[in-house]
Amino acid sequence: MPVPVVDTNVYLSRWPFRRLPCDDTPGLVAKLKSAGVQRAIAGSFDALLHRDIEGINRRLAEECKAHGAGMLMPAGCLNPAIPDWKEDLRRCQETHAMRVIRLHPNYHGYTLEDSSALELLAEASKRKLLVQIACEMEDERTQHPMVRTAAVNPAPLFALPNGGGRVQLLNHRGPVKGKSVWIDIAMTEGVHGIQRQLQAAGDGRVVFGSYFPFFYLESALLKLTESGQTESGIARANALRMLEEPR
Amino acid sequence: MTIWDLHCHPASFGGRTPEEAMAETIRLCDVMGIERVCVYLSTLAHADPTPAQFRQHNDYILRCVGHFAHRAFGFAYVNPNYAAESVEEINRCVRDGPMVGIKLWVARRCSDSVIDPIIQRAAALNAVIFQHTWSKTNGNLPGESTPEDMAALAARHPRTPIICGHTGGNWERGIRVIRPYANVYADLAGSDPTAGFTEMAVRELGVSRIIYGSDTGGRSFSSQLAKVHGARIPEGAKRAIFSENLKRLIKVKG
Repeated sequence: MPVPVVDTNVYLSRWPFRRLPCDDTPGLVAKLKSAGVQRAIAGSFDALLHRDIEGINRRLAEECKAHGAGMLMPAGCLNPAIPDWKEDLRRCQETHAMRVIRLHPNYHGYTLEDSSALELLAEASKRKLLVQIACEMEDERTQHPMVRTAAVNPAPLFALPNGGGRVQLLNHRGPVKGKSVWIDIAMTEGVHGIQRQLQAAGDGRVVFGSYFPFFYLESALLKLTESGQTESGIARANALRMLEEPR
Repeated sequence: MTIWDLHCHPASFGGRTPEEAMAETIRLCDVMGIERVCVYLSTLAHADPTPAQFRQHNDYILRCVGHFAHRAFGFAYVNPNYAAESVEEINRCVRDGPMVGIKLWVARRCSDSVIDPIIQRAAALNAVIFQHTWSKTNGNLPGESTPEDMAALAARHPRTPIICGHTGGNWERGIRVIRPYANVYADLAGSDPTAGFTEMAVRELGVSRIIYGSDTGGRSFSSQLAKVHGARIPEGAKRAIFSENLKRLIKVKG
């Protein structure tokens, strides 16, 4: 019997540089269900390089509804470095009923110190949205040589009075000491890596995230076993608390 | 399913002694269903070790396998910049000792023929030859081999099995580079658990040339086991990758 899981880090659509197993939504949903994933927060790979933000979010919302109703929660894309992003934010919440937005600063050319990013965090906080920040999408050593990006530095968040609102870091490699954010385990690595993350961030702040289908789903699932955390809050309860849902 | 791990660094598992580090390694192996591990290096501090330094590494590994001979295989760390001393070290650790393979890292690119006496001695002893390779988008270390270097080495030693460590990291390139060389094996270890790696390796190299390894403790067992457990390949292919191919190489030692 698989452990019941809430996966905070999956992606729909197509990775720009290769086809991935399960990069079709029905296939992705079937795989998640077979592994015990009850809910999943889904962003779109289109968010990395496409410029029609509303087009991305509309397709994402429709895809989640068509193939993953009750299971997939769409995480809308926003880019505060392009004009009129506040309208995209409004539509995420008011048109598409999204409760989560997902940012990709290193693909959109801004940092978390930029005034536009700070303004976005403040606006999202006012709207009580969860903001997910994808710290990296691929190891710098294996990126396409023509499209290279450095990992996002989350440190500026920790200097903000409220940590920038309700914020989750995705795909962060090392332990995060700021205790105001949530962090997923997709890129947590090394022997005892989860334990180090728990010590740094605190038990309640570490949540399950697979980065499926870019990563094999089994990677994050096996980390629960390796770290002895199958019965802990990582699998499900911490994510529900982050989403402000009943456990 | 039997799992043997080609690529493990017990010193990263903690503990005050090699025996304590290995105890923790084996505890986690038991949790993850891994029957045996190949172990090498006592630290990542010596990229271009002197003979005294690589002997120190190997003394550490001898203690590791001494206490866990039923679970661990040792590989001797050697350095092509000291070829004669490396051959002596292979004699000490493999010919006279319990080790079954050699580890070549980043001291000198393996395309350089100075490495040949090492390869020849290891081959004569039927030792498993593991050569680290990467092809980093952001640049390799000066002595760090690429899969292209591996191809040059494999062409000079066509009858000697050699393992292409990490398959170059950029596996879509690495698989292509080693594809023509039937004596070269692909190591799955030490890169992100990127979906599609194992499937492409099986498609292009065939199941008999792929070996599971983790590169723990820099990596978790989990992320690396997932490359096989999660791959869309037949169960028979998983068995071959998880243990049968490595067993065949180590068994050659006789």
